[in-house]
Amino acid sequence: MDAREKEIEKLKDYKYGFSTDIENTRAPKGLNEEVIKFISNIKKEPQWMLDWRLKAFERLKQLKEPNWQKPKYPKIDYQDLYYYSAPKSMDDKPKSLDELDPKLLETYNKLGIPLQEQARLNGIAVDAVFDSVSVATTFKGELNKKGIIFCSMSEAIREHPELVKKYLGSVIPLSDHYFATLNSAVFTDGSFVYIPEGVRCPMELSTYFRINATETGQFERTLIIADKGSYVSYLEGCTAPMRDENQLHAANVELVALDDAEIKYSTVQNWYPGDKDGKGGIYNFVTKRGLCKGKNSKISWTQVETGSAITWKYPSCILMGDNSVGEFYSIAITNNHQKADTGTKMIHLGKNTKSKIISKGISAGFADNTYRGLVDIAKKADNARNFTQCDSLLMGNKCGAHTVPYIKNKNSSSNIEHEATTSKISDEQLFYCNQRGLNQEEAVSLIVNGFCKEVLQQLPMEFAVEAQKLVGISLEGSVG
Amino acid sequence: MLTIKDLKANIDNKEILKGLNLEIKPGEVHAIMGPNGSGKSTLSNVLSGKKGYTVTGEVKYFNENLLDLEIEERAHKGIFLAFQYPLEIPGVNTNIFLKTSLNAIKKAKGEKELDAIEFLKLVKQKAGELKFDEKILSRQLNVGFSGGEKKKNEILQMSILNPKLSILDETDSGLDIDALKIVSEGVNALRSKESSFLIITHYQRLLEYIKPDFVHVLINGQIVKSGGSELALELEKKGYESLS
Ligand SMILES: Nc1ncnc2c1ncn2[C@@H]1O[C@H](COP(=O)(O)OP(=O)(O)OP(=O)(O)O)[C@@H](O)[C@H]1O
Ligand SMILES: [Mg+2]
Repeated sequence: MDAREKEIEKLKDYKYGFSTDIENTRAPKGLNEEVIKFISNIKKEPQWMLDWRLKAFERLKQLKEPNWQKPKYPKIDYQDLYYYSAPKSMDDKPKSLDELDPKLLETYNKLGIPLQEQARLNGIAVDAVFDSVSVATTFKGELNKKGIIFCSMSEAIREHPELVKKYLGSVIPLSDHYFATLNSAVFTDGSFVYIPEGVRCPMELSTYFRINATETGQFERTLIIADKGSYVSYLEGCTAPMRDENQLHAANVELVALDDAEIKYSTVQNWYPGDKDGKGGIYNFVTKRGLCKGKNSKISWTQVETGSAITWKYPSCILMGDNSVGEFYSIAITNNHQKADTGTKMIHLGKNTKSKIISKGISAGFADNTYRGLVDIAKKADNARNFTQCDSLLMGNKCGAHTVPYIKNKNSSSNIEHEATTSKISDEQLFYCNQRGLNQEEAVSLIVNGFCKEVLQQLPMEFAVEAQKLVGISLEGSVG
Repeated sequence: MLTIKDLKANIDNKEILKGLNLEIKPGEVHAIMGPNGSGKSTLSNVLSGKKGYTVTGEVKYFNENLLDLEIEERAHKGIFLAFQYPLEIPGVNTNIFLKTSLNAIKKAKGEKELDAIEFLKLVKQKAGELKFDEKILSRQLNVGFSGGEKKKNEILQMSILNPKLSILDETDSGLDIDALKIVSEGVNALRSKESSFLIITHYQRLLEYIKPDFVHVLINGQIVKSGGSELALELEKKGYESLS
């Protein structure tokens, strides 16, 4: 075992906590027009894209950072951040994996996402985003044969401007709110997906986000368009090194489903959560929104949020098309000093629209976990239906769980159901499991996985097992 | 296999076991009877390692100090407690619980763990023997089970885990006449030269089906009388009054 491997061995609590020593190209520190031009320029963007960014930046100046959320955080100095950081070797983007810096390949191997042809995960296409750039996208050629576009956002802006122009900002408007607008001004990379009419995407698409550089924010931008009658299942994973500083991840994700199309979007978020005393960790302030634009369309969000110092996000659905369906399945685990304020918004605009919300919040240590959700039924949304179930599980008595459901109902033909429970893992239950040969951690993992089962079942098979393990690991040391 | 000497247990400054002595040899069946609140469940909890008691005295299990072992280590080494009140664990599938438990014990013993198919075969067989409806095993652990079903589920787990020392805490309470017979048959099927039983019960009836080698009377934290199976009959007639 060499010194580096030993170090990794030490990172048992958070095995993704290593960092890659790599030379970076960075934008100058700070948030200003020059930096935005730098980003646009290094990505070889057309003028319209730069104009769009600058417009967002103008709007940003008029917006205030929100402060209504439960988890408070120290003021972020936006001028003291880097908004672009990428491995130097990516400056003149390598064309093939053979040309990719071996250090990057090694990083992804360690993360369990091998990019090399021979080692790739079966049936899963991966877009690997490292700080501010996509370093590789696998299976592109195969997908292309079906007319599917799966590439980095930067590439899409250059190669598919008509699609990007049409849909970018169509779900999350340019000046939606502070963090979304900040993202619109400085976004770097993320994934772009287009599934043509009538095509069922033959494999799982996924993006693996990695923060590596210090003092750098990650501003991912992802756009997925499912054309009429198409289907796609997409999964994102996220990790970051262990650091004492808090790092900002402010992503925008937009989904558009046209008539009869379906998008299944899953997240396994495992950003560095900070240490046991609450030092360091990622601020995960993300805007995710899906538009069920066409009739009979469906968007389903599944999230397993185990990492980050603060998770603050509401993956939402705008149910515009008649008979469209929105779903939100969430597991949010907070341990030690982690905080989460997460949930969803289901905006019913079309007739016979249906939404389902299943939220499982687990709190341990000194953590605080809030479910916040909105079910909004518009006047014309005849026969809209919503079912919401929010369950909280507490471990110990120093943590908190809160449920804040908002309902706006302007149509009397609608049907809204809400169920909520709060429970605790009892010492008696643990004793029972221990007596049957399970140690404390195995017992907690079993009970918690049982509690989250309905959500875990929504994950693509390939990831369900990993997520189950993650659920157990995230709560290690929380009892006994 | 089990030697208990001068065992005392306190909880919240209240002494519950007050110097208990007992020896169980391999293959023996011991029954413990005694009035409510005399400390029977406390004894089974202390033997299986439940936290919260201040325990003194000595408990030798084979050649080890049982009191030094963690709860799960005791389970790995063959101690099984059929709970007086089995716990409900919402969301956890009964089959998965059973499989996790069996494999945790197998792993600790260095044996090969069972895969899903091997496990289901084993469960099917054991459930069949106990006339236990398999469908119930795909439900959440003990959630919504009837009192008798919970008890049967404990015995099913016992027969799958094949322990060396089984402690049955009032397993017969709540069982119907037929179930009592079946459960007893299950216990009898497990009886062997190596496996021993400590059976806590209020009813002599169970001991007609499972013939004990010894019957002990536990009153106020101590064993006040021991004898053969005839002692149970005597108690049934005279009650505990005459002994206390
Ligand atoms: N946490 C506790 N604090 C105080 N007293 C306790 C505690 N747990 C048990 N006891 C008491 O210890 C005594 C013995 O209880 P135990 O459950 O062992 O009785 P038992 O013999 O199993 O009775 P039963 O036949 O009713 O099941 C009872 O008086 C009970 O109230
Ligand atoms: Mg009792």
